[in-house]
Amino acid sequence: MGPAILLTLELAGLTTAILLLLGVPLAWALARARARWSGALAGVAGALIALPLVLPPTVLGFYLLILLGPRGPLAPLFGVTTLAFSFPGLVIGSCLYSLPFMVQPVRAGFAALGSSAWEAALTLRAAPLDAFVTVMLPLARGPILTGALLSFAHTLGEFGVVMMIGGDIPGKTETLSILIFDDVETLNWSAAGHLAGALALVSFLFIWLLLRLERRPWA
Amino acid sequence: MGVIAARFAGPFGGFALDAGFEIPAAGITGLFGPSGCGKSTLLRCLAGLERMPGGALRVDGAVWQQGATFVPPWRRAAGYVFQDARLFAHLDVAANLRFGLRRAAAGGIAWDEVIDALGLGPLLARAPASLSGGERQRVALGRALLAQPRLLLLDEPLSALDRAAAEDILPRLGALSARFRVPALFVSHSIDEIERVASHLLVMRAGRITAAGPLADLLTDLAQPFAARAGAATVLDLPVTGFDMGYELSLCGFPPLCLHVPGRVGPLGGLVRLRVRASDVSLLRTAAESSILNQLPAEILAVTPAGGPHMAVVLGVGPARLLAHITRKSWDMLGLAVGQGVIAQIKAEALAAA
Repeated sequence: MGPAILLTLELAGLTTAILLLLGVPLAWALARARARWSGALAGVAGALIALPLVLPPTVLGFYLLILLGPRGPLAPLFGVTTLAFSFPGLVIGSCLYSLPFMVQPVRAGFAALGSSAWEAALTLRAAPLDAFVTVMLPLARGPILTGALLSFAHTLGEFGVVMMIGGDIPGKTETLSILIFDDVETLNWSAAGHLAGALALVSFLFIWLLLRLERRPWA
Repeated sequence: MGVIAARFAGPFGGFALDAGFEIPAAGITGLFGPSGCGKSTLLRCLAGLERMPGGALRVDGAVWQQGATFVPPWRRAAGYVFQDARLFAHLDVAANLRFGLRRAAAGGIAWDEVIDALGLGPLLARAPASLSGGERQRVALGRALLAQPRLLLLDEPLSALDRAAAEDILPRLGALSARFRVPALFVSHSIDEIERVASHLLVMRAGRITAAGPLADLLTDLAQPFAARAGAATVLDLPVTGFDMGYELSLCGFPPLCLHVPGRVGPLGGLVRLRVRASDVSLLRTAAESSILNQLPAEILAVTPAGGPHMAVVLGVGPARLLAHITRKSWDMLGLAVGQGVIAQIKAEALAAA
């Protein structure tokens, strides 16, 4: 059970970190896209990013398995190693799967801020990157924290994608929710019950924290 | 003296902008026009927040836009004060003020002087959310000034404020441009505000600059909508030339334009702006003994109906212009005519430094 907990926390932490680095700028780009072409592009990109919300996780996992597998189109990039059934593969899958949970709240947060503070920063000699880091990120810290908590919690309990792309290799790709499944399969009901209870409690704590944060005024 | 020359033309939103002007790169220029005439859009073009293809902008020798050249907003020294202040909510007042200062090249506008001029000392540790509207706008002004601008753009900075807060900021605003040697473009739909602080005026209507020139000239130009309106006034910028201690009066200007003004309006030799309301000026055929101290020899230059029973009369006093609103009946009874010499009377009590 120990390795599975560590692995799950590592996966959720890494996924959240990567999504913070990639998802927040992406959310900014989507919120800023206004002109006709970039607007249309943002529409398509937004739909693609939101797709995991409705796509069955096993379907996403299936395509990832094909894509990242030893005979997949990306295989030549990785040489002899394959990302399927590996931890990096799990991270990629989790990032894609949790992307909307990071991008949607952050994008909505940026959109709600509008361009007021942004323009003020530009006229005060802040170049775009400077203005983004020193003004827009701090002002959007509420939605960003929301996105990070959602992504983390969502990755903790993920099953379908992990099952498909990771297989079920103890210590390598066996996360908590998979362990619960394995315990149930082997009729180890009490172990499954403990784990399930722990995950439910952690999920509850996350949502409770989130609701508390959302009640706090950020502006 | 340098100039600020701009030309922006093109479709924008629902209207066509076609605005060109050249104003001195010193003092305050008022930009007057009704809501929705394109004032804010023009200001955003000047700040570089909008990029209008084919636009041109030169500020005191520096090219900010011309052909393919477009200096982005963060590299042009344009200070912008928005209608809604736009302070950064996550920073306290001091950090807001430092924001532009830290990023700008060293300049002549010093921290202590700005804090003093705008009375910001007691606010430094406060959060923007805890400030009143007037305090916010003072901080926004200070923040823009400390970014060492070569042109200050003021986008209706008083329109969201109550009367008392606006009255507090307006005189400070008038003094800032001269004190820190920054030319300013002051957008307002209130000609009264502009009369208090500006030396030049741009009049904008439906995307075009319809008139430009020294404020005093346009206020007395009958082709403009100012002279005949109710509450019309002219401005005189006169040096303080003496004091009458016993009677507590200041003397401003030189004959023939020499006025008694109540109180001590400024240091000897300093310029004061007097705002003379047309309704406070009356006309006499000949000089008379009167309780009214200010009697100026004037010539009637032009006249126009000012609505109802009133006439707006443009008077020349030496090189200066004054406006008088009198009734049509008075005009006829006195047998006045354009070109005639008259005496213009202004009650000292009605005069005050703007």
